Amino acid sequence: MEKLINEFSLGLFFWQTLLFIALLLLLRKFAWKPILNAVNEREEGIREALTSAENARKEMQNLNADNEKLLKEARAERDSMMKDAREIKESMLTEAKDEAKAEAGKIIASAQATIQSEKQAAIAEIKSQVAELSIGIAEKVVRKELANDKDQSQLIEQLLKEVTIS
Amino acid sequence: MVGAGLVVIGVGIGIGRIGGSAMDAIARQPEAYGKIQTAMLIAAALIEGIGFAALFAVS
Amino acid sequence: MQRKTLLKILILFLVLNVVHVNAQHEDEHTESSELSLKESQKLERKEYIQHHLLDSYDFNLFSYKKDNGEKAHVGFPLPIILWDNGLQLFSSSKFHHGETVAENNGNYYKIDHNKIYKTDASGTINYDDHHHAINDKPLDFSFTKGAFMILLTCILMFLLFTSLAKSYVKNGGISKGFGRLFEPVVLYIRDDIAIPNIGEKKYKRYMPYLLTIFFFIWFLNIFGLTPLGVNVTGNIAVTVALALLTFLITNFTGTKDYWKHIFDPLGDTLPWFGKIPLYIILIPIELLGIIIKPFSLLIRLYANMQAGHIVLMSLIGLMFFFKSWFGSTLSFGLSFAISLIEVLVALLQAYIFTMLSALYFGFAAEEHEHHDEASAH
Repeated sequence: MEKLINEFSLGLFFWQTLLFIALLLLLRKFAWKPILNAVNEREEGIREALTSAENARKEMQNLNADNEKLLKEARAERDSMMKDAREIKESMLTEAKDEAKAEAGKIIASAQATIQSEKQAAIAEIKSQVAELSIGIAEKVVRKELANDKDQSQLIEQLLKEVTIS
Repeated sequence: MVGAGLVVIGVGIGIGRIGGSAMDAIARQPEAYGKIQTAMLIAAALIEGIGFAALFAVS
Repeated sequence: MQRKTLLKILILFLVLNVVHVNAQHEDEHTESSELSLKESQKLERKEYIQHHLLDSYDFNLFSYKKDNGEKAHVGFPLPIILWDNGLQLFSSSKFHHGETVAENNGNYYKIDHNKIYKTDASGTINYDDHHHAINDKPLDFSFTKGAFMILLTCILMFLLFTSLAKSYVKNGGISKGFGRLFEPVVLYIRDDIAIPNIGEKKYKRYMPYLLTIFFFIWFLNIFGLTPLGVNVTGNIAVTVALALLTFLITNFTGTKDYWKHIFDPLGDTLPWFGKIPLYIILIPIELLGIIIKPFSLLIRLYANMQAGHIVLMSLIGLMFFFKSWFGSTLSFGLSFAISLIEVLVALLQAYIFTMLSALYFGFAAEEHEHHDEASAH
């Protein structure tokens, strides 16, 4: 202990304290602050770059996923559209067929009805013409035949007979 | 002189034990190497400081 | 490649150290004639080593003996600044390397055992029974060899780190040049010393001090290993000044929790009447701890550097003691190995000083309760 105290020199202590504090203050201002700031800034920059790269990567991934999704959706839509179209086609076809059938049926039916009515009308006309003709014939015959009474009555008799038979 | 010897023996044992325990700890947990080394140095330095103080006190 | 260069530099330094010691050795060899040769050699070696460890008033690179028997010193004088009834300023060349009496403004001074004493014109120094000089000692603020080295280191550090700081601006955030070597060290101090010990929130306040003290101690330690061999960090005055700064910073930045930890370490775990008998012992211990912490810092640095230099110089001295090719080679190898270890110690001591300073700052800056650490110191 005595040796230590003996060795202690106030002069060197003074110079050491003075120079060291001066060095500390000077370096703090001119060296450590700029150095630490620069290093911090650099590290901050690196960290930012890393995070932004990571973000970009994620975004890229998201974009890829989106694209895939879009593609899938488009494909599904296309498929469904094709399916719909096919269905529509089919339904249209059947509808058209049914309609055509119905129309044809209607046409046939109306044609039949027309035929029937025409036939009826024709028959009626024929009947009336036959009747007229018969009356005409009958008139002529009657004019001629009914010259004598005997024949007259004979004819009436005959006619009456015929009528009852028919 | 005898006092100085005793001081050195004591400090030697102390620092030796710290070093040995640190080795054990590192062997057990090699991944904590840095932390163990720091703690070891600090403990050794504290003992060493007291040892030096005692050395200067006796001599 | 770099490692090889470093090794070469180290070997060169060692050789120069050897030459240095040899010159001194030859020089003092002729002076002692009364004692037996071996004893005188032993004494002069011891004296030489002790002299080397101490500060000195002039910057003496090496001394040798001229052919005509005159001693020659290579180096330069430094200013002597004394406060003795007014400022006394003169060059240390007046002392002629401590051999003569210096005169300034009618006052006479002489160096005895590396201290300046006031004497009469003939330079008589009176001793007491314990061979201690009892002459008047003027207040000595001389710019000694140690102070010169400190100034040199300060200038070097200032130039180095300001150039590093400038290179960041010039190169857009990337360092360039020689200062770049130290950027990883700066980052290491920040990430592995400051942040873990002080905490993310407050470490920035202490960073300038930690960085300065680390590089200052490291550089001075390394300078101590060069052939200049100035043992600055192995000087008690320097380590006291460094530890005093750590002490002051620790206690002036101490938070309420830090002081509470000292004066009320148990907190609410005991009622007040239970605390009193414990605190009679505990508080003095804690208060003592405040002083012991920096004291151990200064003693550790001083003792490590001092011890390193003593071992190194002794081993180099052994080379001249053996004077045989085998023994001298052996001690050369040994001293080389020790200088390698000293390079490591130079770094380690700087690291430990910084680390422990950071640890103490961490204690002082701590805000929250820390019961688990209460028993650690």
